Amino acid sequence: METRSRTRAAGHGAGHFIAQRATAIALMLLAPWFVISAAFLMREGGYIAAIDFLTDPLNAVGVILLLAAALYHMMLGMQEIILDYIHKSSTKMALLLLNTFVPLALGAGALFALLAVNFGV
Amino acid sequence: MPGATRPEQRPIAPHLQVWRWHVTMANSILHRASGVALYGAALLFALWLMAVAAGAEAYAPVGAFLISPLGQIGLYLTVAALAFHFANGIRHLVFDLGRGLTPADADASAWFAILFAAAAPAGLWALVTFGA
Repeated sequence: METRSRTRAAGHGAGHFIAQRATAIALMLLAPWFVISAAFLMREGGYIAAIDFLTDPLNAVGVILLLAAALYHMMLGMQEIILDYIHKSSTKMALLLLNTFVPLALGAGALFALLAVNFGV
Repeated sequence: MPGATRPEQRPIAPHLQVWRWHVTMANSILHRASGVALYGAALLFALWLMAVAAGAEAYAPVGAFLISPLGQIGLYLTVAALAFHFANGIRHLVFDLGRGLTPADADASAWFAILFAAAAPAGLWALVTFGA
């Protein structure tokens, strides 16, 4: 029974499955939109073009949605990969924590950066 | 045990070395590989936003790198990874609906995802470079 309780599913599978598909559907629109807009509007790589792009309200909202959906989707995907390939429990725990903290930290920084660009913090 | 077959005469079970390369297998591996690559790309995208917010001077080297040959190759490969993950992701969403699961359909859609991943970044590059 001891082994069984350690290997039993956490019971979050359906939520994980649905969240992964929901973010996938959102990204089907958001990712091509960003790549195509960015490729055309910021092709010179200049600072002004980047500011112009990010200070358009629609683009800013789009980038926030893109960040949220992409970060959530990739955390779910990486969690699956970690659970599939990493069997040592200390390593697995460390990687799962990193997989949560790194995207959230960079996401928070990116969101703040986007607000700063728009509202001049 | 009397009458038992000797071990060397038994049929050999399929083993790790015995498998046939298949396009659906390649797609499965590529889906994860492109996902991991895009994970890195998304983190760099977050850093790029912070670089923009840091001001013109701080952004200058970042912008210069992005239009340098190395940066352009990186962006091209990122678009290729995204195109693959996009097409193969749609393929998986169709599978989730219980469709496209016959071997012939799964093979065809697998090849389509690979072709899309090859064509999309090339097409976008051509449009941006020579188009409007």
